[in-house]
This record gives sequence, C-alpha cells and structure tokens, in this order.
Amino acid sequence: MSSNTFLGMPSLPVFGHGNLNATEPFPKAAHRELGNEQLRANLGHATHTIRDKRLKVVAELPDWEQMRDAGSAIKNATMANLPALLDQFEANFTARGGIIHWARDAQEANEIVTALIRETGETEVVKVKSMATQEIGLNEYLEEQGIAAFETDLAELIVQLDHDKPSHILVPAIHKNRSQVREIFLREMPVVDPNLTDEPARLAEAARTHLRKKFLSAKVAVSGANFGLADTGTLTVVESEGNGRMCLTLPETLITVMGIEKLLPTWQDLEVFMQLLPRSSTGERMNPYTSLWTGVTPGDGPQNVHLVMLDNGRTAALADEYGRTALNCIRCSACMNVCPVYERTGGHAYGSTYPGPIGAILSPLMTGIKSEENSSLPYASSLCGACFDACPVKINIPEILVHLRGEDVDSKRSKVKIPTQMDLMMKGAEWAFSKGSHLGLLEKGLPLGKLAAGRAKVIKRLPGIAGGWTQSRDIPAPPSQSFRQWWDKDHQPSAAVVPGTGTSNSSEGEQA
Amino acid sequence: MKIALFATCIVDAMYPRTAQATVSLLERLGHEVVFPAGQACCGQMHVNSGYFKEAHAVVANHVEAFDTDDYDVAVAPSGSCVASVKHQHEMVARRCGDAGLEARAAKVGAKTYELSQLLTDVLGITNAAEQLGSYFPHKVTYHPSCHGMRLLRLEDRQLNLLASVGGIQMVELPQADQCCGFGGTFSMKNADVSSAMNADKAANICGTGAELCSGGDASCLLHIGGGLSRQGSEVGTLHFAEILASTFANPVTVTGDVKLAGSKR
Ligand code: SF4
Repeated sequence: MSSNTFLGMPSLPVFGHGNLNATEPFPKAAHRELGNEQLRANLGHATHTIRDKRLKVVAELPDWEQMRDAGSAIKNATMANLPALLDQFEANFTARGGIIHWARDAQEANEIVTALIRETGETEVVKVKSMATQEIGLNEYLEEQGIAAFETDLAELIVQLDHDKPSHILVPAIHKNRSQVREIFLREMPVVDPNLTDEPARLAEAARTHLRKKFLSAKVAVSGANFGLADTGTLTVVESEGNGRMCLTLPETLITVMGIEKLLPTWQDLEVFMQLLPRSSTGERMNPYTSLWTGVTPGDGPQNVHLVMLDNGRTAALADEYGRTALNCIRCSACMNVCPVYERTGGHAYGSTYPGPIGAILSPLMTGIKSEENSSLPYASSLCGACFDACPVKINIPEILVHLRGEDVDSKRSKVKIPTQMDLMMKGAEWAFSKGSHLGLLEKGLPLGKLAAGRAKVIKRLPGIAGGWTQSRDIPAPPSQSFRQWWDKDHQPSAAVVPGTGTSNSSEGEQA
Repeated sequence: MKIALFATCIVDAMYPRTAQATVSLLERLGHEVVFPAGQACCGQMHVNSGYFKEAHAVVANHVEAFDTDDYDVAVAPSGSCVASVKHQHEMVARRCGDAGLEARAAKVGAKTYELSQLLTDVLGITNAAEQLGSYFPHKVTYHPSCHGMRLLRLEDRQLNLLASVGGIQMVELPQADQCCGFGGTFSMKNADVSSAMNADKAANICGTGAELCSGGDASCLLHIGGGLSRQGSEVGTLHFAEILASTFANPVTVTGDVKLAGSKR
C-alpha cells in the first residue's frame, strides 16, 4: 500500500496513465464520429449557444484583457514556484485537521482512495463531478473493488447511467439531446415516472428524486477541486447545481482528488479566477455555488477530510519548457466550445479525458509524445487560433501544438528508418524553398501542370497523402507563367495615377 | 517609398495575378517596388508540420533575401505568411540554436507588412475608389482568414478597403470568423474534418448569393475555391488585391467557372 508517497520533484519525469491515452489515432476516430449526424447537430447547437453567451458576458467587462493577463501571471508564478507552494499548502491543510496523500500516478491514487473508503466500512460513495477522478478512472476501479460510486452532477449522471464516457469537460453529456436523456432515465433509473417527458424541468426533477436518497444516506463523498489556496490550505469547488454542496457538507468522510497544478498562491488570487472561470465556462457572470473548506470544523461538515495530490504526468509537463503553460488550465472548456475541430468530432475522438484544444496538448504532454496514439493529437487542429483567443489564462495553444508536432517529428526521426511520404514531401519542399533559383526552376514546369489539368482546367485527383486534398477539393490549373517569370520578362512599372480618375492600368499578364 | 514585395510561394506559382495586382497598386500610388530575387517561401508549412530542422534552411533563405537596407518596408499579400515571418522565424532560429539568424529575422519581421496593413496604416488609403481608382461592379462576400484576424489583428482593414471600391456590393458572410479548415498539411492529415469545415464555409458563401468570395490569403482561397469547384458551384474566389487593382478602364477578369456580369471575357 503506497499512501503517503512523497512527491518532491523527481529528476526524471513520471508519465501519466489512466484515461489519458487515445486508443486509436485521431483521424480514424474523427472519421467515425463525423459520420454521426445526431452528434454533430447536438454539438453544433450546444457549442454555438454557449459561445454566444460567453462573448456577451465577456464584453461586459472593460478590463477583461487585463484580467486574463492577471490570471496568466498568477498561474505562471504558481508553476515557477510549485514545490514551495505545495509544501506551504500541505503544512496549512494538515495544521487544520486535513490529511494529505501523495500519488505519483493513476494506480496509486486509486489505491489510496479505495483504502480510505474501506477504512470507513462503506461500500457506496457519492461523487462531485471531477476531472481528476475521470482521468484516473476511479469509478471503474472502485467498481472492481466492490464499491459503488454515484455521480451527482446531472450531466455526469446521464453519462454514467448510459454507461457512456463524458465528451466535454464541463457538459459531459453535450453529445446527447433531451429526448435521448429521457430514454436513458426511463431505461436506467430504478424508480422513475413512466410518463416522464423530455422537458428540462421534468428531467431535472427525475434526477433530483433519484439522487436525494443517496445524499441523505451517504457517509462518504469523493470530490475534485477547482483550486487549492496555498496560504490558508483551503480547497474550492465551483459548480452550478448545488449537488456538489450537498456532497461536500453532508457525509462524514470527504476524499478529494486534486492535480498538483491546481494551486493558487494566496486566498486573494481567487478573486481573479472567480471572475474568469464562470464567464469563460458557462457564460455566467458568477457561478451559483462556490464551496470553500479549510480542514475540519468540529461538529460541522465532514469530520474526516482527506486530499489525494495527484501527479500522473504533471511534473513531466512542467519539465517541458515550451509546453508547461498548459498546466495553467483552469478547465473552463472555453477552448473546446470555440474549436471548429471539436465542434465536428466531439470529445470522444480525442480518446483522453481531456478533449478539444487543451486535450490535444495536455494529454501528450502528460503521457509523453512517444505514446503512440497520443502523438496524433497535436495535429488535430487547423491552428486557427480561436482557442488562444478564448482562453481566460492565455495559454498559447497553437504554439504548443506546433511545438509538440516538432517533438513528434524529431522522436520519429530517430526511430523510423524509412522516411514517410510526409518526410519526403518536406525534404523536397526544403530544397524548393531554400533558394529562389530552385523555386524558379520548378516553376518552369507550370505549363505541365496546366496540361495535366486538361480542358476542365482543374486537377481532380492527386496521389498519396495529397489525395486527402482532392477527396473533396479541386485544384485549379496552374498559370502558364509564374509571377517571378512575369517580373523578369514583362514587368513595366506603371505610371502613378491622379487620384480619383480611375483610369490606370490594372495588372497585366496571364493567369491560366 | 521603396517597397520590397514578398510574393509568397503559392502566389508566385499559382496566383501570379495577385502579386501583379499588388505591384500595380503600389506603383499607382507612386512607390517604387522591388522584388528580391532570392526569395522563395516563408517556411510556414514546415514549421506548422513540426519540421523545424527543414524549416531552418527556408527561414534562412527568406532572411538572406530580405535583410538588406535596400528598401523601406516589405509587403506580402498574405496574412498567414506575414504572421509566419513575424511570429515564427525567430522561434525557428532559436530552436535550431542559430542566434545570428534570430536577430536578423527579428529585423526583417519588424519591417514586413501585410498588404491591407500597409495600405491602411502606412499609405493612408481609406477610399479605394477615390485614391486607387478601384472599380468592381459585383456582388462580393468576404472571408477573413484566421492568421490575419487573430495573429496580425487586421480587424476590418481588408473589408473596409473592399467596401470602398467603386460599384461593389458587399454582402455579409455568416459565421465569417470560422476557419475554412485549410490549415496547411491539416487538410491532408485530417482530411475528413478539414472537408467538413470547408463544406460549411462553402454553404455559408453560397447562401449569400454573392458572385464571388474575396479574402487576403491565397491558400485559404485555394481551399475554399477548390471546395466550391468540386461541388459544382459557380461562385469563385478572388484575392482582395485583385479587386482593388480592378478599374473601370481595365476590369479584372476572373478565371474558372465564375461568370461575372459585364466582365470583359
Ligand atoms: S485551455 Fe484555457 S480555455 Fe481551454 S479549458 Fe483550459 S483554461 Fe479553459
């Protein structure tokens, strides 16, 4: 049994395990998910609604950009000083009656939580929605150990009842619509009104009835945490339904699992994030329920308060000079709500607990780029930059994606003997683009391309990887001469015009 | 002013008229245009695909061609290539441990402008019809490309220039700020997602009833145009430089399937 494992900062990065790995390459998973019309319609609708809401509430704050800068600066300072802040947090949390456990990876964390539950003699726990426990696969692990974990967040409950996986970090059931939810409830809830309709209020009511018994009887709760405040040893959970509040206050034992990166240096820093988080995530000015607890208060709330501090690849990410700011993420989901790739494929295509743009960088950073299927994630982006614009803590996701692509290419350079088509294309392009004379020489072949295009004046099919392009797109016939050739042969400086006369020559020359 | 033209590889090889239009506009305003012959490409494709080692030679070539005092400013009719010159070249040099190149790249980057930036911020063009003689009596919609919009913060510069062209009728593109799905090698590596994004872009464009879609990035226009063409649409794409260069006496002629009412063809 490995509780109280000491973290420190290992000199060698420990990579993460659990639900961080894709099981198939992204393009393959995306192909399958793209075929699901219902999924695309549900997702498109949901992301656009939340996108518009977010834009509206963000526009209300004249100092939004400064607030993003502040959020980013606080998080950067946290990461730069993480070992000391973890020590400080541990001292304060422990001094107030809490107990800290350190877990290097998913397996250790699961074992620690199981042992803590066993000590209570209980076989049922209620859960507050938590990304960290999704990441380590806690529910499945507990089930194997004969412990039943009940999700209490409405969307998380829907996913759990349907034996499905979450597809969004904030709205885990975003891929399902109301009538699908109704069917799941009718099928899976032990006691349910057979006349249940798909009105949101009726669905919420059914869930409430289902959960109430659990809240009132549960002796143990498992939660995640949004923030840990180092100067007071306080934990925070931010949520919208109040189910979290019930879990955090009613049971006798509370076990929280939190990633080591979730610290903020001071209580005061929370002010910035209480503004950034709700506006970025749900498009609300303020979130409905914020619970803060500092150790144990005799006679009030849980009397056994545990915290499992999870590494699971976070120190590995921190060791990456270009990628470490990914740990600044506060899991608001703004990046996935604006991402055109996520909007079309949904979260399952990313494999990991963390989907969308942040998942495309965080998962490979935590598992290492050499982890086979995750190496396709950094390419799951057109680099349009919408995620960077939306991120409340200004994580430059496109830059980190490009960095990870570089890591991937370099790691394969040393492994793979035979160059891929992409390698050859890049090598060829390096030659063509590293001298004007080389490109000029190639351009002499343009008339050939024109010939290939034929009378239709378009190229409809290319071989090899370029065939991906011609799957849905034509290529126009190239011109007979390049700009460079025109410039050398035919360019005559045109005379300046008298403004307003509109009589100058337009560009001459020929293009196809 | 002496202005160095960076034609960019795609424009040079596939869309020479876009570069010719750029030259024509600047000369009409009385500036001298030079074309540094050693230029080839900004290296964006290599960088964005993770081939930093190969990108080094391409970046070094660009810097070699443009690091001279022989001109006042450089201009390119492409937001993403300018963004690459300004935001990626130093990074490539740094990662390849080439401090000398890094310093020179910074110098070149600082002198490089995207065309609408140069026209608006430096050359003071606010009314293309008045100041450039631009005339283009057609119904046009406009797609702002991601790099121009987000990395260069071009805002409405291209759109405003287009709107000030004589005779033009601009129609708004729904969800204009959505990426068209090109993304360089993304369009090959994730061809399915890229195609889905392009299909939505094409549907939005066709829904406007415009004769063509304009923009400031040849590669996005190649992508969008390729999708429209495959779907059998008659709507084409045209770089904004060519629309600005079009005059009453010498209207721009559009190639491909696009049939413009009243064009000389
Ligand atoms: S990366 Fe930024 S936008 Fe995305 S979930 Fe994290 S904090 Fe939110």
